[in-house]
Amino acid sequence: MPDFQPTLLAQVGKPESHTRRVYEQSGGYQALRKVLKGMAPKDIVETVKSSGLRGRGGAGFPTGLKWTFLPPNHPGPIYFCLNADESEPGTFNNRILMEDDPHQVLEGLIISCFATQARVAYYYMRCEYPLAFERTTAALAECYEAGYLGQNILGSGYSLDIYMHRGAGAYICGEETGLIESLEGKRAWPRIKPPFPAVEGAFRKPTVVNNVETVACVKQIVERGVDWFKSIGIPPDPANPRDAGSYGPKLYCLSGHINRPGCYEAPLGITCQDLIDRFGGGIWKGRQAKAAIPGGISMGLLKADEFHCPLDFNGPGKFGCLGLGTAAVVVMDETTSMVDFLLNSCRFFSHESCGQCTPCREGTHWATQMMTRIKHGKGRHRDLDLLAEIGETIGIMPGTTICGLADGAAWPIKNCIKKFRQELEEYIRRTNPTGWMETNPVPALELVGIH
Amino acid sequence: MSTGGRVLTDEMVEAIKAFIPRYPSKQAVTLPALHIVNERLRYVPPQAVVEIAGLLDLAPSQVQDTLSFYGYFKQDQPHGRCRLWVCRSISCALRGADDLLDHLSHTLHVQPGETTPDGRVTLEYAECLGACEHAPCMLANDQLVKSVGHQQADEFVKGLP
Ligand SMILES: Cc1cc2nc3c(=O)[nH]c(=O)nc-3n(C[C@H](O)[C@H](O)[C@H](O)COP(=O)(O)O)c2cc1C
Ligand code: SF4
Ligand code: FES
Repeated sequence: MPDFQPTLLAQVGKPESHTRRVYEQSGGYQALRKVLKGMAPKDIVETVKSSGLRGRGGAGFPTGLKWTFLPPNHPGPIYFCLNADESEPGTFNNRILMEDDPHQVLEGLIISCFATQARVAYYYMRCEYPLAFERTTAALAECYEAGYLGQNILGSGYSLDIYMHRGAGAYICGEETGLIESLEGKRAWPRIKPPFPAVEGAFRKPTVVNNVETVACVKQIVERGVDWFKSIGIPPDPANPRDAGSYGPKLYCLSGHINRPGCYEAPLGITCQDLIDRFGGGIWKGRQAKAAIPGGISMGLLKADEFHCPLDFNGPGKFGCLGLGTAAVVVMDETTSMVDFLLNSCRFFSHESCGQCTPCREGTHWATQMMTRIKHGKGRHRDLDLLAEIGETIGIMPGTTICGLADGAAWPIKNCIKKFRQELEEYIRRTNPTGWMETNPVPALELVGIH
Repeated sequence: MSTGGRVLTDEMVEAIKAFIPRYPSKQAVTLPALHIVNERLRYVPPQAVVEIAGLLDLAPSQVQDTLSFYGYFKQDQPHGRCRLWVCRSISCALRGADDLLDHLSHTLHVQPGETTPDGRVTLEYAECLGACEHAPCMLANDQLVKSVGHQQADEFVKGLP
């Protein structure tokens, strides 16, 4: 690892790194030229497939494989949606790319569209990213000027238009079918799958949805080759037949109680501890760590004695977490109250549940109510069992909801109760000395609000 | 729905129409249209919903349905000249976001979602603004305000037009 050189972030921090001039000075758009001069779309799909690239948006689905799910020889239109809704708490790597290197994203997107033969792409960006929006819009204009977009790109006969589409402040628009519904002008209610978007997506046409960092990786793979990509990261775990490996560089986000919060590029599989020590400069204020979120709040919690967890697609699961998610690590020091953590998490998910599935709508709501009650000194030990029951019963995995938001809501609850039950119980006993043992139903308190 | 006079200007109508060729369905222009109106009026009154629906060959209820799904577009009165979003999600919360929101609520004498009587500021809470390395942070219209302490928040608010 000592000779690891950042590629995705190589341009970030250089003056004017967001302009086409600077991007081209460092070899920008050469990969696109190479593709349009002599590669067939299926060659690119094959390249991406054999690179082992897995989606960076949270689910880790193999990108090349996803592309092969498009119906062969489809007369079109095929749509490409770039998922730039980035809203998972703790996550900001897409923003860094879009603000400081928008052309890398666009070059990757154009190549990905060519590979999938999409002729229209929608760049769905959350509306709280004004600088990323401004720079990406300017970069798009530069691409049209240079003939990288529009009709007959670089004389290849291939035509592509990319349109910016802004969200309106809803986390669920990041779920790929919620994104599609939102794009279509409807409420962002995720769709039941199948059909998957590759078969029936935006405007009922075959559609590919990929994350910003994923297409940036596509650009790097086309430029540097499959062998380069596979020389970084972790091969499949032989003990796990379902592990597709974790290859390539990854943008890790570090925030919370850390000396140097930021976005850092490292080979997939760096441990949580290494990330904190080598990039983050350790825990702030000279304190000890207590816990960390391994990949965005949906992924649950690692205890400080689990920080040797490798942050690859397979790692966090071995420690009871949901997965790698967005690889956004949020560090909590020893002074952090797990009651506060869990209330914050529950509040987020009840606020963001789209309301379509009753178990998710009601479960996230009740979890927030209960955590609010606990926080205000009216908790009971039994509430932890009720919370755990919600955690066990909402989500795609137990088969009760349409999308994964509910699994993401469940995981912090499950992990927190499992890994910090003692602390939660102590808090409840200390703050509710006369009522903590009560097991009869209690009416929800009107006197405590959520805010 | 309101029967008042027209609220969309010719300029807004043209801006909305310019989006229509980008999509295979007119309904897809709903969000762009709401943003266009919201940027100019700082809210989307019910009459604007009726007019957007007319432009996009939709029932007003379809536009209203989409609008009301997002917490983003106000309908009863324009938000303040500055819409101040204070992040309350985990990375910011770990660095004092709840206190910051309380503090601003106190000094501005408004609850989240409300506008100061002089129309300068609408205070809002936000979920993760995607700038967690700058926690606690806030978004003031198009400006990201980073690593905000109470004093810095006060100065920022004082400097607002
Ligand atoms: C609740 C929820 C929110 C999501 N938010 C995002 C997001 O903001 N950005 C993103 O790229 N993927 C998000 N995803 C994952 C997408 O559904 C999808 O898997 C991804 O965009 C596919 O792109 P990739 O294969 O390149 O990762 C979310 C999923 C869920 C269940
Ligand atoms: S799981 Fe929750 S967020 Fe997902 S579709 Fe159902 S209600 Fe909506
Ligand atoms: S948690 Fe506040 S910006 Fe992400």
